[in-house]
Amino acid sequence: MTVYSERPAAIPAGSRAERLTSFRPADFPAPTRALEEWRFTPLSRFRPLLDEASFVEPCDSQVTLDLPPGADAAITTGPMAGQAGAPGDRAAVVAWNAAKDTTVLTIAQGQRLAEAATVGVRGGGLDRPCARHLLIRAEAGSSATVVLEYAGPALLSETVEIVVDDGADLTIVTVQDWEAGSVHAASHRAVVGAEARLKHICVTLGGDAVRITPDAEFRGEGGEVEFVGLYFADAGQHLEHRLFVDHNQPRCKSRVTYKGALQGQDAHAVWVGDVLIQAHAEGTDTYELNRNLVLTKGARADSVPNLEIETGEIEGAGHASATGRFDDEQLFYLMSRGVPEDEARRLVVRGFFGELIDQIEVPAVRARLIAAIDGELELTMGVSS
Amino acid sequence: MATLEIRDLHVMVETKEGDKPILRGVDLTINSGQTHAIMGPNGSGKSTLAAAIMGHPRYTVTAGTIRLDGADVLEMSVDERARAGLFLAMQYPVEVAGVSVANFLRTAKTAVAGQAPALRTWGKEVKTAMDNLRIDAAFAERSVNEGFSGGEKKRHEILQLELLKPKFAILDETDSGLDIDALRVVSEGVNRALENTDVGVLLITHYTRILRYINPDYVHVFVDGRIAEEGGPELAERLETEGYVRYLGVGATMN
Repeated sequence: MTVYSERPAAIPAGSRAERLTSFRPADFPAPTRALEEWRFTPLSRFRPLLDEASFVEPCDSQVTLDLPPGADAAITTGPMAGQAGAPGDRAAVVAWNAAKDTTVLTIAQGQRLAEAATVGVRGGGLDRPCARHLLIRAEAGSSATVVLEYAGPALLSETVEIVVDDGADLTIVTVQDWEAGSVHAASHRAVVGAEARLKHICVTLGGDAVRITPDAEFRGEGGEVEFVGLYFADAGQHLEHRLFVDHNQPRCKSRVTYKGALQGQDAHAVWVGDVLIQAHAEGTDTYELNRNLVLTKGARADSVPNLEIETGEIEGAGHASATGRFDDEQLFYLMSRGVPEDEARRLVVRGFFGELIDQIEVPAVRARLIAAIDGELELTMGVSS
Repeated sequence: MATLEIRDLHVMVETKEGDKPILRGVDLTINSGQTHAIMGPNGSGKSTLAAAIMGHPRYTVTAGTIRLDGADVLEMSVDERARAGLFLAMQYPVEVAGVSVANFLRTAKTAVAGQAPALRTWGKEVKTAMDNLRIDAAFAERSVNEGFSGGEKKRHEILQLELLKPKFAILDETDSGLDIDALRVVSEGVNRALENTDVGVLLITHYTRILRYINPDYVHVFVDGRIAEEGGPELAERLETEGYVRYLGVGATMN
């Protein structure tokens, strides 16, 4: 039997509006489980990424770019002014300061890319941490899809700045598919201009411990942010997604839809969705949802929506969080209709993720994702197809 | 013609307090085209029989045999039993989030038939079957049993019975919780299956009212894990007036 427990939004420890952001590491206290932003995180695994001193040598991680006409990339060195706000936690500020250069990907004004641009990041091994800084800018009136692909073994701390200028339409698909042993912390910070749209699709599959913190704020009215996420946690994996949408402008819209499956002993998923509707952000329309599907015993999903509303003049605001279990009764029901066990599991998991996978408009990424999910099932179920 | 043969079946169920014997030697033979009603008071083992035939993991067969045309059903996994021609309409159908009814029906039909149904005829077949059971077309896109009312769940079970065309269908208290209109619709569905296919039906029920719509060829009364009495339709009529009192002693009622 599937049991859905709708849980009320927790009251956050202090308003998100009061949460510190800064470019100076010293401003952030050392992470402990007592701090709201670290309370679900296995700190020992992230330790190498939390101290700037551990980023001593040039790292071996590599970036490859596959750009269609209309997209330009450049590597810039030296200090960068933050285009999309300041870091919001210790991992983010360390990533900012430890990165030696910035990869800047620009979609020029009015350019509408027919094909996706791809940024591939190959990890630099598990011996020492790397820091990276990527800035993606969609100039006014442009339209593009950018795929970020992470693979290999890595200890990576990262800043991804996303700037969507007025009237631009940008889709980011970021796929974290690291090898075992990898640890990845990434701060994605987005600013969305007037009448601009950002769709940010975050897929996390591989890696021992991955913590992604997508933040978005608006630079004008009529902006739209859609955060979509899909994760699959296996035994021992910690996959954490903490989102923040700051409705700091009137008449903007945001949608957050994250779904995750978990299987195996000590598989751990964390989803925290903060939405702040500021006092002057009249006409805000926001909804956030997180669903988890627990496939086996021993896995744990933490899911915390936080919705803060400082104005009554809103279009709509809501949230939902639920964790369901794939259990023996569901399996028996499907098998009693002739469906073999492995196919029954695949049916349920594909059905669970289906609406999200359909939203990935890059066929190659979509096909790889379906294959990856089927692969995940075979891995733990000991089933071969 | 097919035969489902149950011999000296002993079954225990896994409970929090440990294994508990429920069936204590059941003998039953059903042939194609026949309708057998299994009646009996609560706790007599009726639903356990259904679960054991289909192979529910919580139930263990400790002795006896179940054979389908001579093949050993107890050696088969649950899905193999379904593909061999057994079907169980469940008392409490399970929700399967994210899997649409249309996808579920096609997947199940493909599994039991060994090949995907012809696209051209399948859609029409499903639609006709849904219409017959007064199931709104919109249900095809809803997740299996999610948010269905009790009556909708039972009609969805009979929809599967009609589409999957099993050799033997076990209906586990399909009538429970149905109002009179839903009971009629569901019964019509079972009767259509009996008319259009060679299905043999094992109709498990506590009450006699469904037997006003579905005529059993045989009635078996379950008491304390065994068949206490067997007969024709007249036995159901007697239970209608007398209840299960004479099997249980003073004080027992139909409730």
